[in-house]
Amino acid sequence: MKGQDQFATLTLRGVGRRFGATDALKNLDLEIGKGEFIALLGPSGCGKSTALNCLAGLLPLTAGSIWLDDTRVDVLPPERRGFGMVFQNYALFPHMSVRRNVAFGLRMRRLAKSEVTRRTEEAIQLVQLQEHADKLPGQLSGGQQQRVAIARAVVLEPSLVLMDEPLSNLDAKLRLEMRTEIRRLHQSLGLTTVYVTHDQEEALSLADRLVVLRAGEVQQIGTPEDLHNRPANWHVADFMGYRNLLRLTAGDKVGDGVRVEGSGLSLVATAVGGVPPGTPVLTAVRPEDLVVTGGTGAAAPNRIGATVEVVEYQGRELAVEARTADGVLLHVRSEQRLAPGDEVTLDVAVDRLLAFPEDDGDVAEEASTLDGVPAMSGRESAG
Amino acid sequence: MTLGLAGGTRSRRRIVASPGAWLVWGAVAFFLLSLLGVVGSVLVNSFGTRWFGGWFPEGATTRWYTEAWSDFGITELIFVTVEVSAAVVALSLLIGVPAAYTLARRDFPGKRLVYLSFLLPILMPPITYGIPLATVLYKFGFAGNLSGVILANLVPAVPFVILTMTPFIEQIDPAIERAARMCGAGLRSVFLRILAPLLVPGILAAGILVLVRTVGMFELTFLTAGPDSQTLIVALFYSMSSAGIRAQQSVDAMAVVYMAMMLTLLVLALRFVNPTQLVARVKEEPE
Amino acid sequence: MTGAPVASRPEAAPPPPRQEDPGLRHRLAERGIDRNLLLILPAIVFIVGLFIYPFLYGLGLSFQPKEGGGPFADYERFFTDPYQRNTIWKTLGLAIPAALLNVLASVPIAYRMRGRFRGKRLLTIVLVVPITLGTVLTAEGLLNFLGPAGWFNRTLLEIGLVDEPIRLINNYWGVFFSLIITGFPFAFLLISSYLSGIDPSLERAAATMGAGWWDRFRHITLPLLTPGLATTFCLTFVLAFSVFPSAILVGEPAGETRVISIAAYQAAYEQYDYPMASTIAMVMGAVELIVIAAVLVWRSRFYTGTTGGKG
Repeated sequence: MKGQDQFATLTLRGVGRRFGATDALKNLDLEIGKGEFIALLGPSGCGKSTALNCLAGLLPLTAGSIWLDDTRVDVLPPERRGFGMVFQNYALFPHMSVRRNVAFGLRMRRLAKSEVTRRTEEAIQLVQLQEHADKLPGQLSGGQQQRVAIARAVVLEPSLVLMDEPLSNLDAKLRLEMRTEIRRLHQSLGLTTVYVTHDQEEALSLADRLVVLRAGEVQQIGTPEDLHNRPANWHVADFMGYRNLLRLTAGDKVGDGVRVEGSGLSLVATAVGGVPPGTPVLTAVRPEDLVVTGGTGAAAPNRIGATVEVVEYQGRELAVEARTADGVLLHVRSEQRLAPGDEVTLDVAVDRLLAFPEDDGDVAEEASTLDGVPAMSGRESAG
Repeated sequence: MTLGLAGGTRSRRRIVASPGAWLVWGAVAFFLLSLLGVVGSVLVNSFGTRWFGGWFPEGATTRWYTEAWSDFGITELIFVTVEVSAAVVALSLLIGVPAAYTLARRDFPGKRLVYLSFLLPILMPPITYGIPLATVLYKFGFAGNLSGVILANLVPAVPFVILTMTPFIEQIDPAIERAARMCGAGLRSVFLRILAPLLVPGILAAGILVLVRTVGMFELTFLTAGPDSQTLIVALFYSMSSAGIRAQQSVDAMAVVYMAMMLTLLVLALRFVNPTQLVARVKEEPE
Repeated sequence: MTGAPVASRPEAAPPPPRQEDPGLRHRLAERGIDRNLLLILPAIVFIVGLFIYPFLYGLGLSFQPKEGGGPFADYERFFTDPYQRNTIWKTLGLAIPAALLNVLASVPIAYRMRGRFRGKRLLTIVLVVPITLGTVLTAEGLLNFLGPAGWFNRTLLEIGLVDEPIRLINNYWGVFFSLIITGFPFAFLLISSYLSGIDPSLERAAATMGAGWWDRFRHITLPLLTPGLATTFCLTFVLAFSVFPSAILVGEPAGETRVISIAAYQAAYEQYDYPMASTIAMVMGAVELIVIAAVLVWRSRFYTGTTGGKG
């Protein structure tokens, strides 16, 4: 199954959506190539669903335009854009059987009966629901319903598939299975896909490119590696799992890095963006990059002493909360067996410790995340 | 009269024993007896021969029905009533359902004002707007005929459909309509293929409620009907207020015909709606 | 990290510059206006044509008296003629006591009948009957039932409560009873449904704190019920205020029960004085709205949020 209305590029130019006085989405510029898998990522209320609904045509734009090559599509109603969509709560037609749900779009296009039947059966086979084809959606499990929703979207061979948090209503195990399924479908059908999620892990594993949004504005566009290793600002870092965000002060340059000091710490970090000496910086590091060394070995540039406070068993690893002598709380992952009260020494590589300039104004509003309790990391909000 | 913790049978036994309960049940019993008396005396009288004093008439007969049928032209009256009600039900659904949909789903400037203007016809006494409405209908030549009666009855019916339908529409996940549109369905297909099947219970409820109210609607029909466009209830009123021309039993026979019609509708209605919905649109949980 | 092949991004040449949208579409979108709003248009045309326009027309007509005088001449005539003016008091004299009695009697009865018990649905159905039958039929029944030779008087005579039949029809009481017969079930059903919307665990919680049934009713249920009572009173009052057929049939339409709707009807259909009829209709609407507004203002002083129940 290959898309019929093929295009080379889908272009979003300055797309925006206002609701009254608030901008849900501001000035989104994006080019999507054929066959690409794009994830829109961000915490709830960041504008990612708004962006998806604008793309779908379910929400009229208040600024900008959307183009399929040279055709302007944002003026078309959703039913004329030829896109397919998978909804968070599946949105199956409750009064139609699985088969009729899948066939609905084909029937709307007034295709010949034989073709409707053939393509419907193909799609049902693709998601392995042959034996449930005559059931009503209410008789299916969540995972099966989601398969129907996917079949319903791809049966039309749409030029673009939109997915709005399709896995968020599933339990953890099913979520992993369906994730693989979606990736498999994308690879075999080559359908251009825009996928909305608040789960960074999901986005990283599925997408070719990610668009991180915050408060309606694009923060960063890049490949999974880009985002994982080189977040553009501390918001992205925070969202990408840099759980430790320490408010320190920038010092002089040290080699390729820059010295950051405060709260009894003096470390060498990699600067991201301009951090002139004397300015406040947010220093980000992932828990798994804080290595428990036991204080031996060669002197590393960044060595922090701390006392273990809380230990959570998480399978092969322990999630550890440790506090420095000056009261800075650190999240650490450790394969070593630790207990509360243990003294530990933590090493961190210069290139894994990122220093971001503090930006204007909105630090205070998100101060809670700086206390070591990020409200929006993927793990927490996925539940 | 202290109740224990609300535990099933125990508190019920206590309630039955308390004087307050006697008062309450007494009042209910008195009310129900009166109701029975009101309905029963019409029924008994319509089948009775002569009834001077005594608990019951001297004998039973059905001749008042034959008499009423020919004298009052009940066939014709029923025909008009059915015609008016059917038209009102169909039109009010046609106008009301899309409006209810828009009001339930959309936000737009002036929505509150629009909503208020749909509420007013239900809150105002029919006579208050019925008299100016009848005047306007006369001016445009609608009064005194069927179309005028239908138009007048639509005034409370359309808002009633809107109020009844709104919760039914709100129950449907808007994502379902969006999904249909993403599948290529236009607005018409969304309505006909997705919403209509899902809204069947609501449309039935609204339709049957409007039907009951229209058949029973006295004031508006009374103000706008001409001699050929009277419904059963209006004809009943005329024959009652010109008492003495016809035998009381004959009028009662007509009342029983009307009553039978309403009770049939009521039984039919209760298959689809909750009794409380017949009264007013208040949310009630399923029993 | 996935090892998935990253689709090569096409070397998208920047699309040629195109003219910008006029912006009207965007401005309309921002206000939430689009073609689909046309769905409500028939209903708006309908309500404007058949309710608002006639109402305004009637209002305009009321300022153009048939018998001359200033624009307010008909209002003046209505308020200076005691025969007309008193219809207001006669109507209120019927509607307010009837609505109050209906609501006040419904509260303890509905309170007692909370929860499930056998025959509750049957009771509800029986109560819907008089509402369904309507005032005209009720009037016919009351004429028979409460008449001098009717079952009611006969029962009183048999018991020995009275020596001769008491007069209950063709006067105030006949109309009052008809308002009770149709109004009480209405109020009862409404209040029952409001009561069922109050979460019963609230009262149980109060009981665990040692509140007796009166305290629970007085401090928990009643305050939560009050807004519902006000609404019920309004609706019952509207029903009673528009009393028309029963005032003619079981009342004394020339005297005691010459309610305001009779005055309006007579002006329109007996004297063919449409301006006067409209005037009376407007006065009627105004009086009703004043009473309702007063009740709603009183209601707004109470808590009107969630009642914890499913309703």
